[in-house]
Amino acid sequence: MITIIDYGLGNIGSVANTLTRLGQSFQISSDPATIKSADALILPGVGAAGAGMKNLQERGLVEAIQQYKKPLLGICLGMQLLFEYSEEGNTPCLGILKGMVKKFLVEKKVPQIGWNEVKFVNQKNALFQHISNNSYFYFVNSYYCQSADTSVVAATSEYGETFASVIAFNNIVATQFHPEKSGDVGFRLLQNFIKEYI
Amino acid sequence: MTTKRIIPCLDMTEGKVVKGVQFINFRDAGDPVILAKKYSETGADELVFLDITATIDNRPILLGVVERTAKNVTIPFSVGGGIRTVEDMRQLLRAGADKVSVNTGAVTNPALITECANAFGNQCVVLSLDAKQVAPGKWNAFINDGQKDSGISAVDWAKQATKLGAGEILLTSIDQDGTKKGFNIELTRVVSRNVNVPVIASGGAGKKEDFLDVFTKGEADAALAATLFHFGELSIKELKQYLINQNVLIRKTV
Repeated sequence: MITIIDYGLGNIGSVANTLTRLGQSFQISSDPATIKSADALILPGVGAAGAGMKNLQERGLVEAIQQYKKPLLGICLGMQLLFEYSEEGNTPCLGILKGMVKKFLVEKKVPQIGWNEVKFVNQKNALFQHISNNSYFYFVNSYYCQSADTSVVAATSEYGETFASVIAFNNIVATQFHPEKSGDVGFRLLQNFIKEYI
Repeated sequence: MTTKRIIPCLDMTEGKVVKGVQFINFRDAGDPVILAKKYSETGADELVFLDITATIDNRPILLGVVERTAKNVTIPFSVGGGIRTVEDMRQLLRAGADKVSVNTGAVTNPALITECANAFGNQCVVLSLDAKQVAPGKWNAFINDGQKDSGISAVDWAKQATKLGAGEILLTSIDQDGTKKGFNIELTRVVSRNVNVPVIASGGAGKKEDFLDVFTKGEADAALAATLFHFGELSIKELKQYLINQNVLIRKTV
């Protein structure tokens, strides 16, 4: 069963509502054993990296996520926590993906709030079926991911700096934007994730 | 780069949408969830719900609207009205709101902004600032549904609030609100230049050219309107096509 990880941060309800709309059964859990045995995981998140890692540690979820080999979708803060380190609060993160999380420095208005273009690296990626290149997705973030391995970056966006907006690597998909808040294209991307990965 | 956002606002009382002119006199405009869904499907970039006669008694009604909206719309929405505590905000976020705005509650207790930002992240905390001109080139922040002058400069309060942790500012011109004579360009530009967070302009939208002005001369990141959209005087589709033709960066939808 798809399991949404509840670590006390963010908009589980929005993700749940969208899975319901997709006709997809799911559960919400903060229990390490349940998470280890899930068919797929979603790590959502709205808030700060420090609080995110602290909450994962308190619930004994760090190892469970690090060792998880089935499909894992990270959203927004959930994407950032997959990397090694975040400048936000100087926080060591899960280290599943190589690279770090940095603050936007070029644009004056931070956080980035709103719809931004997502430019595919490879249009043929199954995640992007029925989605036009340069579609708009909804972002709310002050920090962005800088992957050490550019081959895992599936799509990029610009906000003063060019940053990874979608990561696809082995069992992991991660989006900096909120697909559950990005109207039709977001819905389709989630649909594609479920169809292609699970 | 992010696009300029078009945001319909649904002013509500007891679970129904209404809209005032300069904060007095109401005309009824419908079911909030039906309207929200319609806007979500016809090009709105975000939605704002404002509970204008927010009382503790009415909170369950508001939470019910938020829950139903979250199940029915696929774009972000923020909720405000009578938020006084972190718990008020937690309830609304849990019910499905993406952002919560604070106004009087933050002026009377600025620490509320920091508490909420620490608990939920600054991107969830919107400062709702009602500004009224008190002298040429000077506006003060007004509280209690725009009735009372706080005595604080609107620009200073905007700056302070963002330092305290507000991630966005919803700036309403009391002087322009409901008049349809255009947004307050000068006020919007001054606030936008003095803060490092996005600014949503509100109050006075009467025609599509007003939006062009507030995005270009007013330097707003987003613009909000209510009656203009609710009564079908201007469709979001027509507005967006106009702005695109004027080379404003807009998310093309329908």
